[in-house]
Amino acid sequence: MTHSITLTINGARHDLTLDDPRVTLLDLLRERLDLTGSKKGCDRGQCGACTILLDGRRQNACLALAVSHDGADILTIEGVAQGDVLHPVQAAFIAHDGFQCGFCTPGQIMSAIGLIGEGQAGTDPERIREGMSGNLCRCGAYAGITAAVLDASVQLEQADRRDAA
Amino acid sequence: MNRFDYVRPATIAEAVKAGSLPGSAYLAGGTNLVDLMKIGAMRPERLVDVSHLPGLGAIEWLEGGAVRIGALVRNADLAHDAAFARSFPAVAEALLSGASPQLRNAATVGGNLLQRTRCAYFQDVAASCGKRTPGAACEAIGGDTRLAAVLGWSERCIATNPSDFCVPLAALDAVVEIHGPAGARSVAFDAFHVLPGDDPARETVLSAGELVTSIVLPAEAAGFSGHSRYLKVRDRTSYAFALVSAAVGLRFEHGRIAEARIALGGVAAKPWRARAAEEILAGAHLSDALCGVAAEAALAEATPSGDNAFKIGLAQRIIVRALAMAAAGTPQHLPALPASPFASATGGLVYV
Amino acid sequence: MSDTIFPAGPVHLRQGSSIGQPLTRRDGVLKVTGQADFAADHHPDGMLYAVIAHSRIARGRVVSLDLDAARAHPGVVAVMTPKNRPALALDPDAKFHPFMFRMDLLQNDRVRYPHQAIAVVIAETFEAATEGAALLAPHYESEPARVGLDGAEVFVPATVGVGNPSRTEIGDVIAGLAQAAHRIEAVYETDTQYHNPMEPHAIVAHWDGDKLHIDTPSQGMAMAQGRIGGLFGISPENIHIRSPFLGGGFGSKGMFSGPMVLGILAARLVGRPVKLVLKREQMYGPVGHRAPSRQTIRMGADREGRLTAIEVHARTASSTFDDFFEAPADVAHTLYACPAIATSHEAVRLDTGTPLFMRAPGEAPGSIALESAIDEMALACGIDPLAFRLINYAEFEPISGRPFSSKALRECYDQGAARFGWADRPMAARQMRDADGMLVGWGMGTATFPALMFAAKARAVLRRDGHGVMETGAHDMGQGAWTAFAQIAADSLGLDLGAIEFKAGSSDLPDAGIAGGSAHTATVGAAIHDAGAGVIAKLADLAMADPRSLLHGAGNVGVIARNGRLHRRDDESRSESYGEILARAGLDAIDATGSGTMDPAAQQHYAMHAHGAVFAEVKVDPMLGQIRVTRLVGAFAAGRIINPHLVRSQYYGGMIWGASFTLHEHAIIDRRSGRPLNADLGEYHIPVNADIPSIEAILVDEHDPFVNALGIKGVGEIAITGTAGAIANAVWHATGIRVRQFPIALERMLG
Ligand SMILES: Cc1cc2nc3c(=O)[nH]c(=O)nc-3n(C[C@H](O)[C@H](O)[C@H](O)COP(=O)(O)OP(=O)(O)OC[C@H]3O[C@@H](n4cnc5c(N)ncnc54)[C@H](O)[C@@H]3O)c2cc1C
Ligand code: FES
Ligand code: FES
Repeated sequence: MTHSITLTINGARHDLTLDDPRVTLLDLLRERLDLTGSKKGCDRGQCGACTILLDGRRQNACLALAVSHDGADILTIEGVAQGDVLHPVQAAFIAHDGFQCGFCTPGQIMSAIGLIGEGQAGTDPERIREGMSGNLCRCGAYAGITAAVLDASVQLEQADRRDAA
Repeated sequence: MNRFDYVRPATIAEAVKAGSLPGSAYLAGGTNLVDLMKIGAMRPERLVDVSHLPGLGAIEWLEGGAVRIGALVRNADLAHDAAFARSFPAVAEALLSGASPQLRNAATVGGNLLQRTRCAYFQDVAASCGKRTPGAACEAIGGDTRLAAVLGWSERCIATNPSDFCVPLAALDAVVEIHGPAGARSVAFDAFHVLPGDDPARETVLSAGELVTSIVLPAEAAGFSGHSRYLKVRDRTSYAFALVSAAVGLRFEHGRIAEARIALGGVAAKPWRARAAEEILAGAHLSDALCGVAAEAALAEATPSGDNAFKIGLAQRIIVRALAMAAAGTPQHLPALPASPFASATGGLVYV
Repeated sequence: MSDTIFPAGPVHLRQGSSIGQPLTRRDGVLKVTGQADFAADHHPDGMLYAVIAHSRIARGRVVSLDLDAARAHPGVVAVMTPKNRPALALDPDAKFHPFMFRMDLLQNDRVRYPHQAIAVVIAETFEAATEGAALLAPHYESEPARVGLDGAEVFVPATVGVGNPSRTEIGDVIAGLAQAAHRIEAVYETDTQYHNPMEPHAIVAHWDGDKLHIDTPSQGMAMAQGRIGGLFGISPENIHIRSPFLGGGFGSKGMFSGPMVLGILAARLVGRPVKLVLKREQMYGPVGHRAPSRQTIRMGADREGRLTAIEVHARTASSTFDDFFEAPADVAHTLYACPAIATSHEAVRLDTGTPLFMRAPGEAPGSIALESAIDEMALACGIDPLAFRLINYAEFEPISGRPFSSKALRECYDQGAARFGWADRPMAARQMRDADGMLVGWGMGTATFPALMFAAKARAVLRRDGHGVMETGAHDMGQGAWTAFAQIAADSLGLDLGAIEFKAGSSDLPDAGIAGGSAHTATVGAAIHDAGAGVIAKLADLAMADPRSLLHGAGNVGVIARNGRLHRRDDESRSESYGEILARAGLDAIDATGSGTMDPAAQQHYAMHAHGAVFAEVKVDPMLGQIRVTRLVGAFAAGRIINPHLVRSQYYGGMIWGASFTLHEHAIIDRRSGRPLNADLGEYHIPVNADIPSIEAILVDEHDPFVNALGIKGVGEIAITGTAGAIANAVWHATGIRVRQFPIALERMLG
């Protein structure tokens, strides 16, 4: 039995036919749509490397069955920068050395964008650390990650205020 | 992951019909079911995807201050609902101490109630386990038992229920609303999960095809909002299951405790309501000594199921601490590290 | 600005300003946009998926596999078992040298550890291969597992670590203990740990006749070529490995591992490209681990607190079928001045995969025990732990009597202590609380790691357009190879960073050796430096020999290479651009190769180590026992710093590994079956962001003229050492409870 689903991924509509309901969003992206930026660190929701934005919310793509997400709007790391212009979170990760090997980084960045969007952490470093704790980093880049998220939050807040004014 | 049929019912009735067929499992957020299917601990033949069912995604205020939470409400949405968190702060704190932000965005409250034990022997398909194979012996006994139960366990199973959310729900006398082949029914939260006894494969009172549609918190439960906390001891600061946890709600009248609610997590196959302790506190002035007596009463029947005697003492201590925190009053804002011993009420930490 | 001189021939000088700059990573944009290609991101046409079926017993035999069930699953193309596995040219159990590790490549039906490969299922989709592997439902004949340090017969290995004697002694320890005014004796235990880089081992293998193309994360491509070539009976040149980025290695990707060979075999079996990625669970078995250890330490000190004897006896473990013995006791050789030091090792053989180098192998478990013991000894003497370490400061290497090539440890102690506020520490335990009533404790530890060098090559090219190219098959595991080596390359060529192209991460480039032992920057850096010297010398020769050149006849005066121009050293106003020189000589480009290795003479004369001092603050809930490391300050001296930005990150990473060592990570192994019970990332706890609220690393200046031409010592591993002990000591200081089993379980705090 096949299943037809439609997904919007990084702004582009994809009409897909799945021959197998077992395919997770992560494997769909990585193995069938050549969007390999999202990473698989555990395949069990335990590391956060696969974090994507699903309808604007950060989620673990490895535990989401693609069939169950017909109609979803997905943002992956590939869709974050505007052309050559990095998203403030991406730029801040570079500036603060928020990574080493870079394997957890796409998940960290998607998670950070999600966190900032949730508006729960503000610029409290302790809340940022807690809010980023669903993303393991074996290289131990946490200090840079926290600084990057803090920095980007401030920048985005200021940009918002400018827009509002 | 085994092959399965995928069906997506449009109504509750359709869901229940499909869910009643042998080999069916309901799929909600999938954060527990899909994981267990990947490791082979669950192998359903049919997934009945309830995640798109209409009408189960709302937080609905009922007359008198009770609230009905649809089974599909996401853990994060419930915790961040300001009105809900104001009335039921311990529930919000418990939710936010569970899993990770990503997982909480996917996990539904219904799925959280039905999530299965994290016992390593349940998850390891090479081990013998009476939950996976009815009648099989419990291999956890005599093995690594640090996370195992100290209350209500049996020779057939020493696993614990891992949910944080369920602990305050047990304390607050929530009600589970269910639709099944035989119609709708409600079950008191404390009666929803069952102890292993001779049949650890049976974890709740749900029978085949029954679907949790909502959870109701009664109006009385909001009466504890001023003195309500959830506290969770774990092996790392975040993103870890509870070793032991406690939800406490206190209601004071004229300086005395009018009513106390206490439930423990991580100690039994179900969230453990500590009624004996509640009775000791009811009508009394709060004192350290009394808290100690209550905590002892809560664990009076506890016995280690292996090398985990420490959990009995730890559970007593966590009750004492949670009582003190609840008595001090619910903080205005949830702490930065929800339910953590390191969360000062202000959210501030010396070193940032 | 770095100035480097090389002797031999006319003295040319190269000047550049890239080394030492805190540049952000040159691969940063690739990594933050998801474009950095890791091995598992590749997908050649016609590729199939291979999934390993692994053993669920620790020891025994596979009696049967349900091949029919697996083959009947739609999409399954083949099942590889011992019966149909393509032939190899070499027995996977053959061992010609100590660093050739035995592999499990379906050579028979035997199971020698949990999670060993017992079959491989190859299918059109990942889902089909995964389920195909599950459907094999093996039946076993199992034998009792040998588990834990008391689980098997104890013996003394011939050598430990990298060929060290298992027993070393100077002075008379018995006498030293007898004459001591204060003595301690304690037993410290560390648990099994798994490397767990975030990127699981992965390979995409593609045969093209007898040629093999593979994408795989490797910390040593040339060695991998050799190993694969040997197994398959093909020449190493016919194997092309691409490994531009590793998602972490920490030692587990140093030696080409069995499961990766299975990926190549699978591709051969089906005649199509194959991708094989280990499940996280499968990272707990065939790709190495850190063995558990039990260390018994006896120490004595005189009235003034001077150590009179140190004795460390360690038990470690290897697998039943291969030899890898960590040498934790040997840390005592270098750290503290003491006239009598004895270290010894013994081992057991367990039903596990073979242990392997894991970040600070030997040093990490050795350091947590030794630093704990030093803390206990200081207390017994009634001396502050920092003062005690200063009293016993080693001015030369205690075990060998050699002077240190450089040692700025005193500065590390000073700067770290000042930054941390160590002077305010009360001596006794359980004296400090915070506003919330949490117990607060301060502890410290000394960090140390040898400054090693292996062997590497590089090739430098100067082009007529004024640009330079530097090529070396170096590996980026996250330490920042793409950036640091480019910085060295730029200075080595006297060019601006923007004017050079740096190539690495591919096996068709010059052999860069192995990225391990914290020696990659030093070794490859030296090769780059040397290659640059060679090509500049050639260029200078061209110019000086050319009568039309302004540099003609500079002769023994030599030239200075700077900013793409050669200047006469005696008259810097006379200069020419590289392009002009090449153009006049009618050359498009010139090149030179260089190599980096240790200088055996210097090695013989000097003890070479990086050092550091780490200060930790922990908070412990007095009632509930939960522990949090609220502050870490480390000060490290490791010779020349190529890029402080990257080095600081390496120190942070190491310090976080130290925190993990002391408080979090360990494999839980069922004592009956020998199976790991937490072979995942959910219950195998490594620190999360919230576990690390405050961390600081101070880069202490150190000039070392002897370690290598650039004066570089390694920074990748040192920071685990020192940190782990500092945290353990802080836990004691907070609570008065001395826990000697690591990681420290919170229930031990309940008193
Ligand atoms: C790494 C990790 C860490 C975690 N940490 C924590 C933690 O610290 N604390 C904690 O409490 N939880 C934790 N969780 C568990 C998480 O909270 C649960 O997985 C989640 O709540 C399940 O919700 P779901 O909607 O995803 O359920 P699903 O996975 O979809 O379903 C779970 C089960 O419930 C059944 N089910 C779902 N909905 C219904 C319904 N309406 N009626 C009847 N049956 C239903 C399913 O058939 C299935 O058996 C963690 C999970 C992971 C993966
Ligand atoms: S890969 Fe999804 S959480 Fe690890
Ligand atoms: S940067 Fe390597 S795991 Fe995070």
